Amino acid sequence: MESRRDVFQAIADPTRRAIIALIALNAMTPNAIAENFDTSRQAISKHLRILTECELVKQEQQGREIYYSLEADKLKEVDQWLEQYRKIWEMKFNQLDDVLSKLKKSKK
Amino acid sequence: MNPDLMFEFKVDKENKTITVTREFDADLALVWECWTTPEILEQWIAPKPWRAETKTMDFREGGFWHYAMIGPKGEKHWSRYDYQKIEFQKNITELRAFSNEEGSVNPDFPRTNCSNDFKEKDGKTMVVVTAIYGNLEILEFMVKNGFMEGLSASLENLDAILKLKKGQESINSKPF
Repeated sequence: MESRRDVFQAIADPTRRAIIALIALNAMTPNAIAENFDTSRQAISKHLRILTECELVKQEQQGREIYYSLEADKLKEVDQWLEQYRKIWEMKFNQLDDVLSKLKKSKK
Repeated sequence: MNPDLMFEFKVDKENKTITVTREFDADLALVWECWTTPEILEQWIAPKPWRAETKTMDFREGGFWHYAMIGPKGEKHWSRYDYQKIEFQKNITELRAFSNEEGSVNPDFPRTNCSNDFKEKDGKTMVVVTAIYGNLEILEFMVKNGFMEGLSASLENLDAILKLKKGQESINSKPF
């Protein structure tokens, strides 16, 4: 559990979010990605490694180059958990509405 | 399920914070009671078909609530909320953790820092729950492996059930 990378951790970083936005449109090589940032090529490689470990991006060899592209499904998963979680809160509070209305009646 | 009551769910992924704001059609004293009385908490804190059962509750700063979420097949998930700060009818700040039946905190999961703010206005009470997660992966655990099994199906029925319940409230309600 601890060793596994957390998707949320991956997207918490602004550079990684920018990388995701970049490659969402087109698969890109690490060099092409790095050109969009002021940081070093090594720093971009590290971000790409983290994103790959989280399965947020996938690598594809084309000739001599490696292209990175977005795993859109994985990103969707995050929002699905959040949506589920939102529903849980909604449900709990609807139950509380019920409890409150009963309490109000019994106290009258 | 009153559409006039405000409900807002905000996610700040960067800061791993979820803020839930909800209005309740009751005065502050009553809402506070629902948050601080174990017998009442048990009636709403677990999303159906799960239910909650208290083992111990010591509602004071430094005390904690130790309870289990019990699933439809009898499976139990133990949790423990340590009360860090309590301001009467204003705020409850608690540190939430998964635990075992004996109340020892499960070290495999980061704790959640949760602040509950209460405010009454025009006879209604606004509650703001601000939860800061050690990591948001814990949501994945909660949604996927735990409490929420079978939840989606039951959610779809919820509207219908609540509508029905409103009509039958006097029949179903048990006295407190």
